[in-house]
Amino acid sequence: MKTGRGLRAFLITCGVLTGAWLVVPTLVVIPISFSGENSFAFPPSSWSLRHYTTFFTEPSWLTSLLVSLQLALLVTAVATVLGTTAAFALARRTFVGKGIVEGLFMAPLIVPGIVVAVAMYAAFLGWGLIGTPIGFIAAHTVLALPFVTVNVTASLAGFDRVLERASATLGASPWTTFRSVTFPLIRPGVLAGALFAFVTSFDEVVVSLFIQSPTLQTLPVRMFTSVTNEVDPTIAAASTVVLVVSTILLGLATITRRNHHAA
Amino acid sequence: MPALRLLWLSVTDPVPGLGNYTAIATDDVALTVVLRTLGMAAIVTVVCLLLAYPYAYLMTISTPRWRAVLIAVVLIPFWTSLMARTFAWVVLLQDNGVVDTLLRGAGIGPTRLLGTTAGVTLAMAQVMLPFVVLPVYTTMRGINRRLVDAALSLGARPAIAFLRVYLPLSLPGVAAGATLVMVLSLGFYVTPSLVGSPKQSMLAQFISVQVNQLVDFGGAGALAVALLVITLLLLGGVQFATRRKGTRANSAPISGGIPL
Repeated sequence: MKTGRGLRAFLITCGVLTGAWLVVPTLVVIPISFSGENSFAFPPSSWSLRHYTTFFTEPSWLTSLLVSLQLALLVTAVATVLGTTAAFALARRTFVGKGIVEGLFMAPLIVPGIVVAVAMYAAFLGWGLIGTPIGFIAAHTVLALPFVTVNVTASLAGFDRVLERASATLGASPWTTFRSVTFPLIRPGVLAGALFAFVTSFDEVVVSLFIQSPTLQTLPVRMFTSVTNEVDPTIAAASTVVLVVSTILLGLATITRRNHHAA
Repeated sequence: MPALRLLWLSVTDPVPGLGNYTAIATDDVALTVVLRTLGMAAIVTVVCLLLAYPYAYLMTISTPRWRAVLIAVVLIPFWTSLMARTFAWVVLLQDNGVVDTLLRGAGIGPTRLLGTTAGVTLAMAQVMLPFVVLPVYTTMRGINRRLVDAALSLGARPAIAFLRVYLPLSLPGVAAGATLVMVLSLGFYVTPSLVGSPKQSMLAQFISVQVNQLVDFGGAGALAVALLVITLLLLGGVQFATRRKGTRANSAPISGGIPL
């Protein structure tokens, strides 16, 4: 079907406007973060790095940044190990109730965040896990697991098991086979899963809001309270930092995954 | 596990029985919130469809290089932090903010956007748009253009050929995208609470108030279960409808942590 010139022009106009609306609004926080003023005025009339200085020196911001980074690293480790193991179990074994288990693994993607948050809050109150590192790790791991499982399962789906048998017939132990044959081949999937897990934890707001305590707050929670309770332009610096970190990592994850699929 | 506990709380706290559910069903405030949430989700879905359809269509007729650019533009919101983006919308929509100034320059306003439904729609639709564009594009890419050519050669006017041939063939993608946005919008918390106002609160905010301010776990649990049931019914209904037609839409890979 040939597309008429008028229609084409209309579509391009729509595309440009929609694209601008998708991309431009977020970028507004970057210039504001370099503003010299104590407000969110845009465009700023003077420039400075003072909001970054505040962000990296004031305890309430700095602590929440460190909490988020440590938490995200721990969650990445736990979720990657658990998710990879689970992906192996789901891809290689058949067992009773497998469908249900698969469904449960995908559940955090479908169940609305607020439902997960309230449910965890209610459960954690009973177990004394509110505001504890263990509570945060458990909650974020649950949310991050699907991303690891999906990515590793995708790698395993394209995996030729003859290679493992070859390795075994040549006298390698199962562990050696895993270490030197299986793992290198699924590494891109594991890596992409790990990156997604990190960003999921680093960026998570809703559940963290519910299970936080005044002494243990993640960066997104600190940002949330900043938007609701104060007019503090430091949040523009915080946003820019978060934006840069999560964009780079998710970009990397997508590229790793895409190259792997292309290979 | 925690979900079961919530279900348990919803039928036991403060007293055993279905009291919490009948309370919701008879409480005007709760019903208003549920209806408002459904309405908002529907509006956001329609806005997303109206924007996504031409965009996805443009992707199918672009050169490969431009298509890569268009895909990247759609994926960028996937990659950027939700908190950062929501904060950006708060800044943009504030009084004397960028949008207000622009509109005033165009002779409209002064406008109030922050804390209004219009503002929430604008911000929410931006967050949700990628979830529609990707499935619609996937479906459109699979449509055989010769079917449309055939209709044209048989004398159909382009508009008719589009309405009778192309549009129905693209519907599975539209359905997949629309369901995804509807489902995600129903439970959306962050953007409505920061861009919207408590007076226009949506279900997720309402639940949060029940828990944090009224410490009413039973009520919150019942609302959460209701939200979950609506979500599952929507998903199940659409899956059933599309599977029966034998045209399962490829839903888009959810490729970012989307902590809504």
